[in-house]
Amino acid sequence: MNDKLRLTRQIHAYDFSILEMELYLDVHPHNQRALNLLSDLRKKRAALVSAYEQRFGAFVVTKCDVPIEDHWHWIHSPWPWEAKEGE
Amino acid sequence: MWQYEKKLQYPVNIKNPNPKYAQLIISQYGGPDGELGASMRYLTQRYSMPYNEVKGILTDIGTEELAHLEMICAMVYQLTKNLNEKQIKESGFDKYFVDHTTAVYPIAAASLPWRAEYIQAKGDILADLHEDLAADATTTKEQPAF
Repeated sequence: MNDKLRLTRQIHAYDFSILEMELYLDVHPHNQRALNLLSDLRKKRAALVSAYEQRFGAFVVTKCDVPIEDHWHWIHSPWPWEAKEGE
Repeated sequence: MWQYEKKLQYPVNIKNPNPKYAQLIISQYGGPDGELGASMRYLTQRYSMPYNEVKGILTDIGTEELAHLEMICAMVYQLTKNLNEKQIKESGFDKYFVDHTTAVYPIAAASLPWRAEYIQAKGDILADLHEDLAADATTTKEQPAF
């Protein structure tokens, strides 16, 4: 498994856990243990996303702080539905 | 407003195109219980909801359904990639192809285009939440059907 795929899978796993915690907190809004866990998961996800984006490009176009000659690189990274073999 | 993340909620990587399967899967996009209807249902109902908790949940779930919609579209897109004429004709995909080629158009498996009649927004909290419960219950039926 390449680094890009490994990082993507880790981010997906954190996304899933974060979403589940958010849904849990919809009906248990004052559960301090769940709030702490959510905050921890969000920090870990942010660190992974930042590591991913430095190497493979931004997920979100507004974060594309790139040199002017490569200004439109966001549109050229693979689109999510265009799976490439092994990715 | 929304902010787009250039990734799927869960990766879709289909190795073997299958236009017959695509014609069934497409219902989960534009069919009566599909993701387009689901996202529109929750995002439409939230404006007339009287409680902040419910507005929040409808916004979250409606957004989540848009992420599901993108995954289903990715599946349809990949299932109908690089088809030859024989595959298009023999799978029955020709009836879709003549109107849409391999564009991902929101229709039900039985070819009816997506309609707003699939959803309801009544401005009544009990009516709308019951509509949501009924809509959610359909998903327990269609997923094993695949």
